Amino acid sequence: MIVEIGHFALVLSLSVALVQSVLPALGARRGDERLMETGTIAATGGFLLIAIAFAALMTAYVTSDFSVLNVFENSNSQQPLLYKFTSTWGNHEGSMLLWVLILAFFGALVALFGRDLPASLKANVLSVQAWILTSFLLFILLTSNPFQRLDPAPMEGQDLNPVLQDIGLAIHPPLLYLGYVGFSVAFSFAIAALIDGRIDAAWARWVRPWTLIAWIFLTLGIAMGSYWAYYELGWGGWWFWDPVENASFMPWLAGTALLHSALVMEKRSALKIWTILLAILTFSLSLLGTFLVRSGVLTSVHAFATDPTRGVFILCILGLFIGGALCLFAWRASALEGGGLFAPISREGALVFNNLFLTTAAATVLVGTLYPLILEVLAGKKISVGAPFFDLTFGPVMLPLLFAVPFGPLLGWKRGDLLGAAQRLYFAAGSALAVLIGVLAYTGGTRILTAFGFALAFWILAGSLTDLFLRAAFLRAGWRTGVSRLLGLPRSAFGTTLAHFGLGVTLLGIVSVSSFQGELITTMAPGQTAEIAGYTLAFDRIEQRPGSNFEAQAAAFSIRRGGVVEANIESSKRFFPARQMTTTESGIWTHGFSQLYVSLGDPSPDNRSIVVRIWWKPLVTLIWLGAVVMAAGGLLSLADRRLRVGAPARRSRAQAAPAGA
Amino acid sequence: MTRKAKRLYSIGAMVLVVGAAAGLVLTALSSSVAYFQSPTDLVKNQPGPAQRIRLGGLVEDGSVKRDGSSHVTFRVTDSVDSVPVTYTGILPDLFREGQGVIAEGTLGPDRVFVADTVLAKHDEKYMPKEVVDDLKARGLWEDGKGLVQKPEKTVSAAPAGAGS
Repeated sequence: MIVEIGHFALVLSLSVALVQSVLPALGARRGDERLMETGTIAATGGFLLIAIAFAALMTAYVTSDFSVLNVFENSNSQQPLLYKFTSTWGNHEGSMLLWVLILAFFGALVALFGRDLPASLKANVLSVQAWILTSFLLFILLTSNPFQRLDPAPMEGQDLNPVLQDIGLAIHPPLLYLGYVGFSVAFSFAIAALIDGRIDAAWARWVRPWTLIAWIFLTLGIAMGSYWAYYELGWGGWWFWDPVENASFMPWLAGTALLHSALVMEKRSALKIWTILLAILTFSLSLLGTFLVRSGVLTSVHAFATDPTRGVFILCILGLFIGGALCLFAWRASALEGGGLFAPISREGALVFNNLFLTTAAATVLVGTLYPLILEVLAGKKISVGAPFFDLTFGPVMLPLLFAVPFGPLLGWKRGDLLGAAQRLYFAAGSALAVLIGVLAYTGGTRILTAFGFALAFWILAGSLTDLFLRAAFLRAGWRTGVSRLLGLPRSAFGTTLAHFGLGVTLLGIVSVSSFQGELITTMAPGQTAEIAGYTLAFDRIEQRPGSNFEAQAAAFSIRRGGVVEANIESSKRFFPARQMTTTESGIWTHGFSQLYVSLGDPSPDNRSIVVRIWWKPLVTLIWLGAVVMAAGGLLSLADRRLRVGAPARRSRAQAAPAGA
Repeated sequence: MTRKAKRLYSIGAMVLVVGAAAGLVLTALSSSVAYFQSPTDLVKNQPGPAQRIRLGGLVEDGSVKRDGSSHVTFRVTDSVDSVPVTYTGILPDLFREGQGVIAEGTLGPDRVFVADTVLAKHDEKYMPKEVVDDLKARGLWEDGKGLVQKPEKTVSAAPAGAGS
């Protein structure tokens, strides 16, 4: 019964979305306020209906209702309760339902917190949101119905893919989707502005917080996914340039560019057309990512579906939205007026530089991701593009940008002083030089690239702090005044500093792991030891142990340094009988920011010893911590009073306050 | 600087950056991509020692040999030909005899494939897509049914062309 209610609610939400697609836009055209206001009701109502549908599916999962095909295929009654919840989105149908739930959620947020928006802009935005929603609801109802019944109902389900039975999976998809789908708001605003033929600084002030929200979630989602792959797949790698990873990375690059260009538009009302185009491109890349992952053209842990009709359907949605948006852009963009002038060396110029390199970098990733697919379709050749390609293309494109990061915030608007900025960066340059010499001395002059990598990371770290340090004027005014000045700075200044600092932190982790990682593959029997990076790893024992829905073969290790036991870790292999599948649980010891990582291989033929792969990963956690710092920077920017959602100066503060959350 | 000159400069800069990136992409595409080949292709063609190859097929039954350390040898077959593969490291959890596998690496001078990466499937329902396409072309695989006919054990690594 509950399942049928869910199905019905989903169908009903489609008709609500259809209404929302037409009426508000029509109202905006005719200047009819009552028609425009239907958008608000439809958006919130539609969200509630989809939430009911999602709750119904989740109930079926939690109660292990195997009369539902989707639950039977992806769940098992023995699963821990947490994974019964997360199974809801650990499959194609359920994850698409989560996708539209989040899309409707953002639509409802615009409807509720957009009270101060110009009525026609809001109506158009909500209609565009509803177009996207309608097509994806149709996709679910026609090709991927999660509520399909199974008769007779089996006694036991087929279990969730074991590599997905992990706490990382509980968090990663919702975060990633909040990011992906969050960019739909920027897209809708861009389309609405094109329809209106009007765009101004207030528009940018509106778009920036939504873009920031999406960007924060996408940053965290990508970092979470990377960490999950690192510890769950047992390969010890944190980024594989897998097409699915690229699918989430491209919108991130474009979204980062959008954040920066919206800044120019808000402050100086320049780069209008470019910002609109970026907003369209960013969400287009999100849609492309959804297509790549959901259509089954790629083979990966994410590609649940291999039904070709689904691929064609999403491809149609993709073509319709990207093609339609770009046509509208080509037709209407010339109607938008250009904005303020600026010299090439200026804050605006620096942000254009940022945009140029970020979009070029996104383009190289796009080529590397799509080229194999296109080549296969056109020429029938099968190739794979992996890390060597991206090291040669993405890396060199990002280098100038990374080098330029500290300069940006130090340049003035309209006309900047590059020499002055360079002079103010003496401390950053000094620390980078010191690091360069230090690393060269430490490695005996053999690792020149490594030394430059570390120097670049410290250049960004120190350089990003320089702006705050100078603005507080610690040197001139003394530390007491400095601190009070620092506290008086707008939060967005801290946001910029923190986000750039996080970038440096991530870079430091990447450079450190790729240069100084230690790896050892060996066969060990209980009682034996192995040496890595000054630590002694002793294989204590191996035992068989039952788990909730698996059998574990757990190997216990102790880590010693100078005879003293520092830590005990356990690495195991889990066998899941429902799927006849084995997974590797890596044993990880975190020491400071570094990690010692142990994963198990196959036992020897006589079953006495086992292959063990051990890594020493110096500063590896910085890679993900940096992303968290970046996201925290985004959050601080979002909290800046100037940027609060719905705080145009002409309205009262009291009315706008609740929108700041 | 006039507005026109400014525009020229910015367009010039854009062309420069995009052109440089395009150059990098083209160089990288010609040098650092790996081509997918089936064992038959690999026996027929003679790839250079530096050419990276993704060898895809099924792990031949009874061919997996571990020498007690982390060194493994096995054969990859597509029922017509098979190619010996050596690999040092930990095989993926779902690496099994008779199952689909992709080995990435180079062909050594002794015609033994030296793999640096071995990928198996993520899931018991899943088979690497390149392998499925290849098996389909040979009539060993049908959509919705999976493997309809087990590839027979190849007698020996047939010399070029002899198997077909």
